[in-house]
Amino acid sequence: MRNPSSVASRELAARRSFTLQRRQIQTLLFQLRAFVALIILVIIFSILSPDFLTLNDLTIVAEHVSINALLAIGQSFVILTAGIDLSVGSIVGLTAMVAGYLISQGLPLPMFGVVVYFNVWVVILISLLVGIVLGLVNGLVITRLSVAPFIATLGMLYAARGLALLTSNGATFPDLGGDPSLGNTGFPFLGTGNILGVPMPIWLMILFGVVASFVASRTPFGRQVYAIGGNERAAQLSGIRVNRVKLLVYVISGFCAAMTGLVIASQLQAAQPATGESYELNAIAAVVLGGTSLFGGRGTDPRQHHRRVCDRRPQRWPGADRRL
Amino acid sequence: MSAADREMAPDVVLRAEGITKVYGGTVALDNVDFTVYRGKVNVLIGENGAGKSTLMKIIAGAETATRGRLLLEGQPVHFKSPREAARAGIGMIYQELNLFPNLSVAENIFLDHEAMRRRGFLVDRRRQQEAARRLLERLEQPIDPQALVGNLRLGQQQIVEIAKALARDVRILIMDEPTSALTTAEVEILFRVIRELKEQGVSIIYISHKLEELLRIGDYVTILRDSHRVAEAPVSAIDVNWIVEQMIGRSVSETYVHQERTPGRELLRVEHLSLPRPGGGLLLDDVSFQVRAGEIVALYGLLGAGRSELLECLIGLHPEASGALWVAGQPVRGRTVGERIAEGLVLVPEDRQREGLVPTLSVAHNMVLASLRRYLSGLALSRKKELTAVRRLISDLGIKAPSPQTLIEALSGGNQQKVVVARGLLTEPRVLLLDEPTRGIDIGAKADLFRLMNRLASEGLGVLFVSSELREVMSVADRILVLARGRLTGEFRREEASEEALVAAASLGQGPASEKEETGEWSASGTLQTGAAGGSQIATPAASASKERRDQPRPQA
Repeated sequence: MRNPSSVASRELAARRSFTLQRRQIQTLLFQLRAFVALIILVIIFSILSPDFLTLNDLTIVAEHVSINALLAIGQSFVILTAGIDLSVGSIVGLTAMVAGYLISQGLPLPMFGVVVYFNVWVVILISLLVGIVLGLVNGLVITRLSVAPFIATLGMLYAARGLALLTSNGATFPDLGGDPSLGNTGFPFLGTGNILGVPMPIWLMILFGVVASFVASRTPFGRQVYAIGGNERAAQLSGIRVNRVKLLVYVISGFCAAMTGLVIASQLQAAQPATGESYELNAIAAVVLGGTSLFGGRGTDPRQHHRRVCDRRPQRWPGADRRL
Repeated sequence: MSAADREMAPDVVLRAEGITKVYGGTVALDNVDFTVYRGKVNVLIGENGAGKSTLMKIIAGAETATRGRLLLEGQPVHFKSPREAARAGIGMIYQELNLFPNLSVAENIFLDHEAMRRRGFLVDRRRQQEAARRLLERLEQPIDPQALVGNLRLGQQQIVEIAKALARDVRILIMDEPTSALTTAEVEILFRVIRELKEQGVSIIYISHKLEELLRIGDYVTILRDSHRVAEAPVSAIDVNWIVEQMIGRSVSETYVHQERTPGRELLRVEHLSLPRPGGGLLLDDVSFQVRAGEIVALYGLLGAGRSELLECLIGLHPEASGALWVAGQPVRGRTVGERIAEGLVLVPEDRQREGLVPTLSVAHNMVLASLRRYLSGLALSRKKELTAVRRLISDLGIKAPSPQTLIEALSGGNQQKVVVARGLLTEPRVLLLDEPTRGIDIGAKADLFRLMNRLASEGLGVLFVSSELREVMSVADRILVLARGRLTGEFRREEASEEALVAAASLGQGPASEKEETGEWSASGTLQTGAAGGSQIATPAASASKERRDQPRPQA
């Protein structure tokens, strides 16, 4: 004879495991909602345009995405500390102009009566240094002068844009291909070159993403960033040098912005002072869509590539070959 | 008498039956019954974390019970918001003031039930101010209804909070520690108002840690302990001892343990430590002392005596402090917290939520935060090393956590506190600094913590802890330092300490003549209340301490 109560309990157990599964699936779907939205978008666009889901088109999309990705990677660190960096768009513009200036105008040294044209590598280094210095200024104003990050970086937004305009008095530096006689060719490779058939910006995005992800999840610095965003006072009492960490996140953000500026200038083979305008908002949106809390301390490591696609695709649609 | 019979009885206005509330993994209330008698002061007593505030929030509609039901006049009710509860005539004065500092007194009082002009959408300010003035007159408070609440001192804000509850037609008024910020005179006024309300048939639910006060004003007493209701009785039938017994549920000596140890060599030496007060004066004035290995030293004093500041100076939060420090014979050179930690000091801060925990991180990540360098392998943190350390401390300190990956917020207060202590221990300190380590944790966790302090001392650590609870100080410490107004006013060995001597030393220089303004006097009385609110200490020592202080013939100015 079967024991009715054991049957009932088995049924109950089965039902419970079923509801448990359902709940797990629901949770999973909820956690992956941005990714689900992306897949839906991809399906819709594939139906709307036969060109969409081709390797060629995906490569173009990824190239555009990489620009926002680089900015968002830097921005993630800032936002994880409960800060914000509004100046990244302007730093993009300024570094693009610095690179453009150094390649097309060279560095005039009036006391020696010469104009120095740098090797492309040096140009890139100097431009990145500009981003780092501007990030450092942001960080110093925020930590030493206790200015709110929003205000400090808003100031930098205007200051850096102004400097970008000053470099050329508002004009564009065209033809950044360089001059073989001056030995400064090769700059366009950064934005338009390929390695193993994959465009450089995508390589950069992957490189930055992997490094950032490692730093955020596996290093003491990353842990400190999360801790500061979660509770700055507790972090301080745990011996974390809060100001130093904060300074560094703005430097990282400035560095990423500078890289972005170089990529854009290289893609266009021209530098114009309006480069990167309002990109800070794209970056912030990407970070938040990527699951990082604007209140700090919460967020997955900055592996947010798919979200960047969500973020980018509608802007490109339907003008297929729109190039910034 | 069955529950059904009782709710039929005319004198019960509200009954909570079998209320259970679960937060995450923590049970805040477990099958609690609570009866509110009409026109009476129904007192609810329990230690911090016993579930009083949760129960009140459920009755006031700010929280919903996981299980159980509320019967209002015998009818089941479900409040989904404080608004619904207010409509049913239940008002609440919260322990944390729920006022808008940027609005005026009258605007606060009439928030959400503004007096409207006839047919208009406009607020009738004049009528509101009139009504507010009348309410405040009833409370005998000359507060201007147009004043900004943010500009009032705490006691006055408390009065406004009371007026706010009175402005609505309430039949049940919940008061969660209404007197904690009031002066003695203001408490008298509040009691008069409570008696008036009783005469009008309003039922009061009254929560306080001050037992004498409860016995004066209360009619019925219900006691909660560890999320359970343990007793209910009319006030006429009970006394303070009965309450304490019910609240603590076991003998006091089990909690407050002390081991005999022989102190070893000097671990911490502080000389001529002074800390300027922003805006003139000194927060700490020439403080010198030592802590030896294997010694538990308590730092006793009233709120504002500079105890927390002293610990903050030791851990390096006040670069403006002057004086000299030695840890284990070595002069301390570090200026930042990180350097001080490396030199063997570590602080467990007073306010766990604000200064201790990182709420967004897991138990494990909270625990290793101060000692991250120890788990490096190469550039990266080794998860294995981290988990080994975390697991060791979880079992060592008896931390109850589902897993190291659990979010810290899901733990109970006592376990959270243990995690913060564990974070300190992972830095392998020579001297452990604890600021009010037992604040807001239940009696069991308290006992664990004291045992831990004893064990650490036996292992050769120096322990310096701040406490406002006389019993804690006198039973756990080997030596007691008393701080008053930034100066060391007493040092007692365990054997020679007495309540009277400690309180006398703590109140040195606290006389009103030394600082003329009213706020000084007021903050002194606030202090005692905080001390009493600290937990189990509601028992006689603190009560008598506060009495002691009040009766004292104001020592020298």
